[in-house]
Amino acid sequence: MIEVRNLTKLYGDHAAVSDLSFTIEKGQIYGFLGPNGAGKSTTMNIMTGCLAATSGEVKIGGYDIVEEPQKAKKLIGYLPELPPLYPDQTPKEYLEFVAEAKGVPRSKAKEQIAHAMQVTQIDDVQNRLCKNLSKGYRQRVGIAQALLGDPEVIILDEPTVGLDPKQIIEIRDLIRELGKEHTVILSSHILSEVQAVCETILIINKGKLVACDTAENLENFFSGRFELKLTADCGKDKALELVSAVEGLSVDDADENDGKTVLTVTTQREDTDQICRELFFSFSGAQTPILSMSAAKASLEDVFMKLTQGEDEDAAEQESAEEAQDQPVSAEDAQVIAPEEYKEEA
Amino acid sequence: MKAIYKHELKGYSTNITAYVFGVFILLFAGIYTMVYNLGHQVVNFEFVPGSMPYIFLVGVPILTMRVMAEERKQKTDQLLYSLPISMNKIVWGKYLAMLTVFAIPLLIICVYPLILRTYGNVPLTTAYSTMLGFFFLGAALIAIGMFISSLTESQPVAAGLCFIVMLVNYYISSLLSFVSTTARTNMIVVTFLAAAIAYLIYTMTQSSTVSLACAVAMEAVICFTFLRNSASYEGLLTKIGSHISLFDRFENFYQGSFDLTTLVFYISIIAVFLFLCVQSMEKRRWS
Repeated sequence: MIEVRNLTKLYGDHAAVSDLSFTIEKGQIYGFLGPNGAGKSTTMNIMTGCLAATSGEVKIGGYDIVEEPQKAKKLIGYLPELPPLYPDQTPKEYLEFVAEAKGVPRSKAKEQIAHAMQVTQIDDVQNRLCKNLSKGYRQRVGIAQALLGDPEVIILDEPTVGLDPKQIIEIRDLIRELGKEHTVILSSHILSEVQAVCETILIINKGKLVACDTAENLENFFSGRFELKLTADCGKDKALELVSAVEGLSVDDADENDGKTVLTVTTQREDTDQICRELFFSFSGAQTPILSMSAAKASLEDVFMKLTQGEDEDAAEQESAEEAQDQPVSAEDAQVIAPEEYKEEA
Repeated sequence: MKAIYKHELKGYSTNITAYVFGVFILLFAGIYTMVYNLGHQVVNFEFVPGSMPYIFLVGVPILTMRVMAEERKQKTDQLLYSLPISMNKIVWGKYLAMLTVFAIPLLIICVYPLILRTYGNVPLTTAYSTMLGFFFLGAALIAIGMFISSLTESQPVAAGLCFIVMLVNYYISSLLSFVSTTARTNMIVVTFLAAAIAYLIYTMTQSSTVSLACAVAMEAVICFTFLRNSASYEGLLTKIGSHISLFDRFENFYQGSFDLTTLVFYISIIAVFLFLCVQSMEKRRWS
């Protein structure tokens, strides 16, 4: 449905998006995930023709967004970061305008507007001025606007930002509902949201695609190890001793507090139930109660942090080195920095 | 284009600026009709629009300041960019809506000569050809204002800039008459103008080869014509001034001649500035 190939967007020397490629299949809900400033909005703006890429191409349903913008844009409904509403219009007037501008025939427009207002639940406010609407309702009017023209793809840029928890749940339900009939792409920097709604997750960091898979696969892929959290009613030394009696375990973290010890234990062993049994008998044999024991699976959160943080640190180091190189305070400073840089490059 | 046009007109119907603009024109037309035609019993209605061009100095900035700037400020330009309509049609739709707002008070004014005619012999041809010229003068200035509005996202800045441009255009020939008419001074000023144009080309294209080539070509033409016939440079700037001043050219209409070249000039100004407006909107997509 959508093909993005080698997309690059430069702002001066800064690359907001660099060499991004992915394909969006029909009839799924996709999530764009990334920290702030990762290039999510830029990518979406390029995909919808609001922004031109420095290089690379975007094809919507086979139409290039630059070569045949009219045909490509007919296939997309887009909700930008800020819903583009005219403050002095009512949602109804606004939707009528957008429907006409999208070239929806008059006979169908009425029906489509009614449908869009119904699914986004803005019937009640249809005759109020947009400037008097709350953020949640504005967001919904923005989504209703994206639905007009019955586009095959709906692109939503941070659809739940600034909403209260109840509204967030409603919008998520709405997105799931939309996913049944349309291909939906949404962006977010909130992990749980993407995890809750999307079938496929694209993780973007520093303008690069770092992962693209289903939530389950991402979790499984990165959770090659088993992690256990254990609270024992004894001192730290004793707890460590008892744990070491079980084969193949390594202790990541041990904290003693109030005569209790909290341990984080990891292992590469596959027989996880057996580990628990062995630990239990090891502790019970020493007359030491285990107060709690729970298996922790690597969450998507960890995956996300792993994927985005490592690069962040690299980049931060690089940036600081570059800055230092750009503005050497004195000749000495520049000399101090230079060897380090060579080391890094080597 | 129709959707944009209708949407804009609807916007003007709920916005005070369109009414202020209309009332402004009607007020001045009313005053001049009172003074000339009723007070002094003059039969020539063309004096009324003929005395009014200066109202554009304020009227055009008021009308045009929000047209593009506000879209950008409210971020509604994102909607326009993502709509399956070309930027050309969006700009023309908006422009035609402004022209409609401008034409309504003019149509009302067009009734005045007919009323006056019942009391005397009013030369209608000159009156209406002046009204037509007045309409196209306004249309050309509105196109310029629209382009200026597309340069910024702040309405006050757009209005201020537009006012300055209108003012310079209004006074340009009198300003240029202060420049010495000798061939040499004119040649030097034209040389600087050519350099400025070359710099403008450079800021737009970021290509030093293209702009340098343009500069060299322009200077070559200037030097060549100057050496060949230096007399042609005498009073050149004043001539240029009266040619490019939209206001000066309007005088021909109320002096009684239907000036087709000026109409064509106004229409070309409209085309050029709407084209620039489209380019300025498109450029934002690329930055």
